[in-house]
Amino acid sequence: MRSLIDIIDLTVEEIDELIATANDIIANPDKYAEKCKRKKLATLFFEPSTRTRLSFEAAMLELGGSVLGFSAANNSSAAKGESVSDTVRTVGCYADIIAMRHPKEGAPMIASMRSPVPIINAGDGGHNHPTQTLADLLTIQREKGRFDHLTVGLCGDLKFGRTVHSLIHALSRYEGVQFVMISPDELKVPEYIIQELEKEGIPYTETRSLEEAMPTLDILYMTRVQRERFFNEADYIRLKDSYILTPDKLETAKKELSILHPLPRVNEISVAVDDDPRACYFKQVMNGKYIRMALILKLLEVA
Amino acid sequence: MKIDSISNGVVIDHIRAGKGMELYHFLNLDNMDCSIALIKNAPSQKMGKKDIIKIDTELDLDLDILGYIDPNVTINVIKNGERVEKFHPQLPQRLTNIIQCKNPRCITSVEQEIPHIFKLTDREKGEYRCIYCESKAKN
Repeated sequence: MRSLIDIIDLTVEEIDELIATANDIIANPDKYAEKCKRKKLATLFFEPSTRTRLSFEAAMLELGGSVLGFSAANNSSAAKGESVSDTVRTVGCYADIIAMRHPKEGAPMIASMRSPVPIINAGDGGHNHPTQTLADLLTIQREKGRFDHLTVGLCGDLKFGRTVHSLIHALSRYEGVQFVMISPDELKVPEYIIQELEKEGIPYTETRSLEEAMPTLDILYMTRVQRERFFNEADYIRLKDSYILTPDKLETAKKELSILHPLPRVNEISVAVDDDPRACYFKQVMNGKYIRMALILKLLEVA
Repeated sequence: MKIDSISNGVVIDHIRAGKGMELYHFLNLDNMDCSIALIKNAPSQKMGKKDIIKIDTELDLDLDILGYIDPNVTINVIKNGERVEKFHPQLPQRLTNIIQCKNPRCITSVEQEIPHIFKLTDREKGEYRCIYCESKAKN
C-alpha cells in the first residue's frame, strides 16, 4: 500500500506515468467515469481549504466513487483531543483512501504510518503539498511540453509557501532547470533548501526585483503572502503588497512565459492579467482535479 | 587509583571529562548487574582529563548512539582479557527519542505519544532533521 506524503516519494518515472494518465483522462473522460465505483474517499481537513477539498471530492466523483469527511477540526473528534493516528485508524474502517490536510507539519506522515488505507497529504502546515505540485507539473508539461531546461521564477512568499518548496524539490530532478527566487528578504527560501540546491549543483539566483528577473523567465510561479503564516500582523501588512504582477510588468516578459499560481490569490496578480494568454492559473486548477484523479487511481491500484 | 582490568566487555575511553555520568545514564548502565567502573577525571596525555567507563560483560548495545553524544570517544572491545576491537562510533542514521523536535509547528509538539525520530542528513556536519517536519535538530 502506498501513500503520498512528499513529492519526492514519487520517482520521475511515476510522475511521468501520473501525467500520462491525467492527459488520457482529459482526452477520454468517459473511459474513467466508473473506475472507482463503490470506492470511498475520506477528506479529513483539520484546517479549512475549500478548493483543495473540492478538487479531491470532484476528482473522486468523476471517477464514479463517493466522498465523506469533515472540513474543519472543530467538526471532528480532534476537537475532543483524539490523535491523528486514532482518527485515521477509525476512518480507515469507512473509506478506501484518505486525503488529509493538517495545520501541523508531519501529521500526514504519522497518519500514513498508522493508517490501514493510503493517505494523500493535502497540505501539512507550511511543509509539503505534493498534489499541488503534481497540478503544477501537469500544467508545466501541458504548456511547455517538457520539464528540462527551464528558467523558473518563484515570486512572493518563498519562506512559508509550501507549494514553492515542493515544486523546487520536484523540478530539481530535471536537467538544465534553474531557479530565480524573487522575494523580500523576510520571505526568502529557507536555508535548508538553498543548501540542497548547492549540494546538487543546481543553479539559482536570489533577487528582490520582479522587474529585473522578468525577461529571463520561462515560468513565473506567483504565490500569496499568507496572513495565517505570520506571527505579527504588522509584518504581514508591510509585506503583502511587495510583489504584484500587472500587465506593465509583463511587457518585458517572454511571449512563451507561463504564469502559474496555486490560488487563492489576494491581489498579487492583477485581474487585468487574467486575459493574457500567458496566464495559466485557472487551467492549473482544472489540471489539479485531473492529476488527483490519476493519483487516486494509482494509489487504489485501479487499472 | 587502581581499577582491575576486565576480561570480557567494553571499555569506553576518551570520554570528555564530566560527560561520563551522562553516558552512564544514557546507556542505562545502572540497570546492569555486572561490574562497572566509571572513572572521572583520569589523566590523559591527549585531553588533559578524561572519563572512562569499563563494563565487565559482553554488551548487546547500539554503541553508535555514543557517536551522537560524544563523537570523540573510543570503544575498546575486550575478550579474554585482550583488546580485540577498537573503534570510534559512527554517527547513527537515526535517533529515536534521543532529542526532541523544537519546531512549534511540528506534529510532535501537540501529540505526546509520537516518538521523536531524527535522521542523519549531513554526516560531515553531523546534521540531523526531524523525519516529520524536516526541521534541523538544535543542540
